[in-house]
Amino acid sequence: MTLHTEWLRRALLATALTMAGPALAADDGKVANFLLDNGMEVVVIPDHRAPIVTHMVWYKIGSADEPAGKSGIAHFFEHLMFKATTNHAAGEFDRAISDIGGSNNAFTSYDYTAFHETVTPSALELMMSFEADRMRNLILTDEVIKTERDVILEERRSRIDSNPEAVLDEEVDATLWQNQPYRIPVIGWMQEMEQLNRTDAVAFYDKYYRPNNAVLIVAGDVDPDIVKTLAERTYGKVARGPDLPPRIRPVEPEQNTRRTVTLTDARVSVPSFSTQWVVPSYHTAKPGEAEALDLLGEILGGGTRSRLYQQLVVKQGIASGTGAFFQGTMLDATNFTVYGAPRGDAKLSDVEAAVDAEIARIVKDGVTADELEKAKARYIRALIFARDKQDEMANLYGAELATGGNVRDVEEWPDRIRKVTADEIKAVAARYLLLDRSTTGYLLPQQQAGN
Amino acid sequence: MKDRRRRQAGTPLIRPSFARPPSPTRGEGGAWRGEGKALRASATLFLSILFLVLPALAARAMDIQQVTSSKGINAWLVEDHSIPIIAIRFVFDGGSTQDPAGREGLVNLMTGLFDEGAGDLDSEAFQTRLDDAGAEMGFDAARDGTYGSMRMLADQKDAAFDLLRLAVTSPRFDQAPIDRIRSQILSGIIASERDPNTVAQTKWLRAIYGDHPYSRPDQGTKDSIATITAADLAAFHKANFARNGLHVAVVGDIDAATLKQKLDDVFGGLPEKQLLQPVADTELKLGQQLEVDYDLPQTSLQFAYPGVKRDAPDFFAAVLMNQILGGGTFTSRLYDEVREKRGLAYSVDSNLVDHQHSNALIITTATRSDRAAETLGIVKDVVKKMAGEGPTEAELDATKKYMVGAYAISNLDSSSAIASTLVELQLDNLGIDYMQRRAALINGVTLDQVKAAAKKLLTPEPAIMSIGPKLEAK
Repeated sequence: MTLHTEWLRRALLATALTMAGPALAADDGKVANFLLDNGMEVVVIPDHRAPIVTHMVWYKIGSADEPAGKSGIAHFFEHLMFKATTNHAAGEFDRAISDIGGSNNAFTSYDYTAFHETVTPSALELMMSFEADRMRNLILTDEVIKTERDVILEERRSRIDSNPEAVLDEEVDATLWQNQPYRIPVIGWMQEMEQLNRTDAVAFYDKYYRPNNAVLIVAGDVDPDIVKTLAERTYGKVARGPDLPPRIRPVEPEQNTRRTVTLTDARVSVPSFSTQWVVPSYHTAKPGEAEALDLLGEILGGGTRSRLYQQLVVKQGIASGTGAFFQGTMLDATNFTVYGAPRGDAKLSDVEAAVDAEIARIVKDGVTADELEKAKARYIRALIFARDKQDEMANLYGAELATGGNVRDVEEWPDRIRKVTADEIKAVAARYLLLDRSTTGYLLPQQQAGN
Repeated sequence: MKDRRRRQAGTPLIRPSFARPPSPTRGEGGAWRGEGKALRASATLFLSILFLVLPALAARAMDIQQVTSSKGINAWLVEDHSIPIIAIRFVFDGGSTQDPAGREGLVNLMTGLFDEGAGDLDSEAFQTRLDDAGAEMGFDAARDGTYGSMRMLADQKDAAFDLLRLAVTSPRFDQAPIDRIRSQILSGIIASERDPNTVAQTKWLRAIYGDHPYSRPDQGTKDSIATITAADLAAFHKANFARNGLHVAVVGDIDAATLKQKLDDVFGGLPEKQLLQPVADTELKLGQQLEVDYDLPQTSLQFAYPGVKRDAPDFFAAVLMNQILGGGTFTSRLYDEVREKRGLAYSVDSNLVDHQHSNALIITTATRSDRAAETLGIVKDVVKKMAGEGPTEAELDATKKYMVGAYAISNLDSSSAIASTLVELQLDNLGIDYMQRRAALINGVTLDQVKAAAKKLLTPEPAIMSIGPKLEAK
């Protein structure tokens, strides 16, 4: 499973306000939010149009929280959560879901790890009891560890090592981030993954897999009061763990350089580049800045109507593809990215220069009122289109709550987007998109090596 | 949106999120019918599995209306007024098998041009109006059909349908957009020409399909796309975009009377009859081994066995068998033997590939290169055991339950997904009541029928391809 683009995520986020409607039941589609006695937070997103429910548990633990030298343990642990517990044999949970036609999976990112099932509402309590069980009762043997470690090593070879773009991205991240833990890949560095062991896994489990470090999200055809009763009967039985310290991680020092990372590879035949900047996330930004960065990304490079696409692909005809995006939903400072690849006789340097020129134009002249209105309209449209996708709704609440936000942040987001002015967009472009403090990755064909 | 514009080499991915492999939630209707099946965007869960858990309500929940316009254009409609959006999906028979020899990639290029000018509107004017109308339009070419789709806001449906009418009936094929989209496609072809997987897949198609049109790359080649002219595009459009090869499904906030009018508006101006080139059925060339040598950290393995026709009496027996063999996300035999017990791979699965003129069962996995020969042997052993003994009664019972229950979650989880599913049901001639009949069709399959299907599909020597360092002899 991969996360959706930030733009869509943000767009979905805004749907919270529009979910209520005549088609919905007595709870009026209102999102419920409460705490169990053991500290587990619960969000219920009623959606009664279909007898389906998406059940997710988000742990506020991601790869950026890993101990030094243990990269990959968060993701490895996600895999281990599918093994036997003291109450259920390995595979029993998967089979229980499969038997009712449900689906399940899990994912790990920098700031969180989440487990999810989509089933009929009558199976909700069963899902909760399995999920509550594996929160504390896993049996981790050396044999289980060894086999599953081989699986994640294959996953790394498959997703990263076999793919020159992924190899480059990994090292660009390690260059963009000099101090903040986002410099370390979620899947981990190979030599550290190879050494992950039972002791590491047990310590990680005992520290982080606790109800007071988890958020339960239930979206679908459910009544919040019933969800509360069921949650108390299942998750409520799990003992609260020791209080975890605040998630204060090392942050970036001031950047004073322009950094470049280059990979030449025999498998590449068209060169490409991406440039990234460290920018605030929704969690770290001053009011309005992250919203302005979202709209800047849309206007500069959000799609085929964006400035980059229209200028480089359509008018100048020098790029095969180009765009920009902002990853706002992160616990710590995040990145803003532009990218492009040449077409025809154009050189990579032509494309890069043209991208830079478009950024300079926004820094100098800002964006037009028409562009801003259309960008906002595209967000609003996406909200309407997205109104009923319950697993997306669950994802956006989960990600927000796991990165320092709360339910109100989700609900107020559309209004904050509407308030963004053209001047604010110009201001964030001028403040953050400075070429002499950027990090650029180049992916080049082999014959260009040494250029 | 045109995916090719967004997924160029070097497009950075968003922050990675690592998970177990996603569930292979493909419907058995039209599974792997090319990109046509992949549209799974927004959402509407309103009909869901109601008709499965509460059969008495089935008729109301899955109330598909057959709508016929005054000009004789048919569509399947599911009305849902709870959300103010409308999704339409349609397909014209034909697809990339209709690309003329030497003009391979023609229909793929054409699908990039429908929002690049139509009627009186040039590219810029058309796209501005589409954006203002708040509609999203997309076309994509598959092997056996050319698909189109649109999502629109109900209160702007007049403007949206009118743009769709222009695109479908009066595309301009202006030279500047042709040249631009062509050069984007060309960039994509060049960008992947040294990618081991692309190189290998080209060889694979040639090996298993021989000279059949299925062996040709959908995007065409550098040489073939260079030759395509505006006149070629116009001729192809005229021959393929005609009413007797059209299948339409609509889901959302629109009633039958309004839809009838819109069907006539959008499609009424098209010619009556398609002029298609006949395409022969073909058997896969099995019993061969391809080794594509590259110095890679992993070896990819791919196996082709015979498949099953959608209208064959043993179709569901084969689907159930495939599900048990390698279709289940975390529960299949291949998953258990290759990944769970031995940690040899991150993903391993089997799929039934269902084209109109050819069918296959394809197994894929990727494994560390020094153990590729071992993995190859294990896959063969699992297949051999299934061919010889079939599944157990317990496996079959559990899989029937899964398949009956999973249909809605897998195929009907958004308005676009529902529209897509309804188009595939029409292509497969399954009837408007198929969803009501489906559970009984699955539950009626006997263990002996599944064993027979296993023996039939899995006994022949497969075609096998490995991509990676030279395989060590086992």
